Amino acid sequence: MSATSSTILNLPDQRTATLPKRTYINNEDGLLSWLFTGDHKRIAILYLISITFFFFIGGAFAGLIRLELLTPQGDLMASDTYNKMFSMHGIIMVFLFLVPSVPATLGNFLMPIMLGAKDLAFPKINLLSWYLYWLGGIVVLGALVLGGVDTGWTFTTPLSTHYLNTHVVTAATGVFILGFSSIFTGLNFIVTIHRMRAPGMTWFRMPLFVWSHYAASILMVLGTPVLAITLTLVALERLVGIGVFDPTKGGDPLLFQHLFWFYSHPAVYIMILPGMGVISEVISTFSRKRVFGYTAVAFSSVAIALFGFFVWAHHMFIMGVSNYSALVFSLLTMLVAVPSAIKTFNWAFTMQKGSITFETPMLYAFGFLGLFTIGGMTGVFLGALGMDIHLTETYFIVAHFHFVMVGGMLMAFLAGIHFWWPKMTGRMYPESLSKLAAVTTFIGFNLTFLPQFILGYLGMPRRYHAYPPEFQVLNVLSTAGATVLGVGYMLPLLYLAWSLKYGAIAGNNPWQATGLEWQIQSPPITENFIEIPIVDHEAYDYEWLEHKTAQEVTTVG
Amino acid sequence: MDNTIVATHPHTHETAVAAEHEHVALPQHRHHFETPEQQREAGTFGMWLFLLTEIMFFGGLFFAYLLYRNWYNPAFVAASNQLSIPLGTANTAILISSGFFMALAVWAAEVRKKSLLVIFLVLTTLFGLAFLGIKYFEYKEKWDKNHIPGQNFDVREFVNPHAYGLKEEPLAPDMAQKTQVFFFLYFAMTGMHALHMIIGIVLLFWLMWRANRGEFSAGYVAPIENFGLYWHFVDIVWIFLFPLLYLINRHPVS
Repeated sequence: MSATSSTILNLPDQRTATLPKRTYINNEDGLLSWLFTGDHKRIAILYLISITFFFFIGGAFAGLIRLELLTPQGDLMASDTYNKMFSMHGIIMVFLFLVPSVPATLGNFLMPIMLGAKDLAFPKINLLSWYLYWLGGIVVLGALVLGGVDTGWTFTTPLSTHYLNTHVVTAATGVFILGFSSIFTGLNFIVTIHRMRAPGMTWFRMPLFVWSHYAASILMVLGTPVLAITLTLVALERLVGIGVFDPTKGGDPLLFQHLFWFYSHPAVYIMILPGMGVISEVISTFSRKRVFGYTAVAFSSVAIALFGFFVWAHHMFIMGVSNYSALVFSLLTMLVAVPSAIKTFNWAFTMQKGSITFETPMLYAFGFLGLFTIGGMTGVFLGALGMDIHLTETYFIVAHFHFVMVGGMLMAFLAGIHFWWPKMTGRMYPESLSKLAAVTTFIGFNLTFLPQFILGYLGMPRRYHAYPPEFQVLNVLSTAGATVLGVGYMLPLLYLAWSLKYGAIAGNNPWQATGLEWQIQSPPITENFIEIPIVDHEAYDYEWLEHKTAQEVTTVG
Repeated sequence: MDNTIVATHPHTHETAVAAEHEHVALPQHRHHFETPEQQREAGTFGMWLFLLTEIMFFGGLFFAYLLYRNWYNPAFVAASNQLSIPLGTANTAILISSGFFMALAVWAAEVRKKSLLVIFLVLTTLFGLAFLGIKYFEYKEKWDKNHIPGQNFDVREFVNPHAYGLKEEPLAPDMAQKTQVFFFLYFAMTGMHALHMIIGIVLLFWLMWRANRGEFSAGYVAPIENFGLYWHFVDIVWIFLFPLLYLINRHPVS
């Protein structure tokens, strides 16, 4: 890692690249050095392993659900078992996968490096957040082992408080703990962004990845505590029968809906915003262009976070809110589409006249663009009052949020994992195999969820394990697609694991990207930078990169 | 493998580390912060953000309180008359005193007076415990009168207040049942507040132990300062709870 006497190559030549001697991976040895680490990069790796574990558990439930829906009769499992299956699928995927997916892995790994800092502001709290994640995860799995929970991931009252005899309190406790994990991550990011930027790293020189994480962190910090108090009240209602949500005692079940969705609607932006940050980085790098309308994209993240807090009641149009508030919330819901569209259009314009190359992360990003657009547009359908009454609680909703969450966020997650894999591990993934995986995922995804839009429009309700026989063709298509999708997700798991040992050595900057993280060695040293960099250019300055590599030949010797 | 970002400075790693240690003034300085000021600012900023999450946490309860107060105003008025203003006022004074000594403790840490710091922390703790003690007697009274929400909740005092020597208007039985909602919110809000105080007192003992070892008398005061922010926050929650639960609109003109 010391300065060498050789000149710095203009373009990275992967044939001559070698792995650096000292990296964050081999800095200390032994399991304990990982379990007690304060290094944000190691914590990111711990998180990556953990969320992959939970993703495949949640995915297994999805597979069982699709298998049950292969035939119109409920023949694979009893109806209450089915209820437990989709509840567990929802709880695991939302709280244990989607919420921490990009922020806790890529965000943890990259945030300090992108800002030019040595670590996040509070390394111990960061580690605590990972332990809380596991504690919450184990409690949720405990609810499953003890006999499951069948409220759906929304814990809707009075179903969750009065009519069920399942392990609602256990599951709610798990989610409560996971909430703290999420709060600590968000808090750490906000403090880091405010206080740990390198000299010269002004707000408008930050990469858009950082901006989108900033917006998501605000949502985590402000939204999650409301979920915590709501779940506490549900637990108290079950344990001591306090009656805040119980109409017979004067309570109001609708209050639960308001409090729950006050968190859970912003939560979908917690899930998608970090993915949008990944897409900004990937599209800029593989178009070799500055992100079109950088300021607009940055502010649209904040705008999404802001508007996201004022649309929660669109989950409740049919639940007895007044017509006037439904009208206002419908209007506000339409407003959220504006910053999302700003982002999509700006990504499209970033590619216009760019020198586009089709590496795997870019393929995933293309997948994101298409699927997120469909998912977002159908969200506008659902925000419209008349349409919502027809479509709510049908498979249309299921298809809509899977387009945004799986088609959007999971595609973005995989794009990011492939994009930064060389930085995280120092090795390349196999390019052709991963392209195959990206295409397989895209095809499998569309086959799974496009039929569900039609199913929902025709009136198939969600959360039933049996359905009228005329829906079978579309359901068979959907289940077939889920199989393809499953293969698409297994492939990266296998070849990324393979590449850890056999992948080609990546070198510092295999993509010739401009970010600070690409200017240091891969994998980085524990301190990230030997000396804190002084930033004199904005993110996505490809001329600076060209210029810099030309200059360094003269300055290093 | 060159770290190209530092390419213009041909430092070795060792000199860089040595240079970094030159301006490290305190043993508590953590390596990933450039300066002690940065560390202190980050800590305080983080604490403020944490308090923001606490506001949102209590916000859910306050929201429920406002909603139900609006719906069941007669029940809330009658039930809030059950709370003792003298005890509430005494508790408010005690809590403000506790906050005052906490502020003095922060000052003592800043001027590096170890024994004063310990004394002020002890006083903060004592007043905090006194608050909890009075709270215990308030809760006990509710327990004795069966005003704990649940199976055994007793509405007689609200249905027939004159038999108990109260000057209240009698409530219809269904509205009298709604006093349960008030008492539940009373216990949830003050209980959540008391829980925060108990956590604070545990932390105070830990801080006292560290202060006694002289950890905060050499210029490193961040834990005292940040704990002070937390303690004042707990005070302020009470400052909102006291009028909402005890004071407002006790005897409405009917």
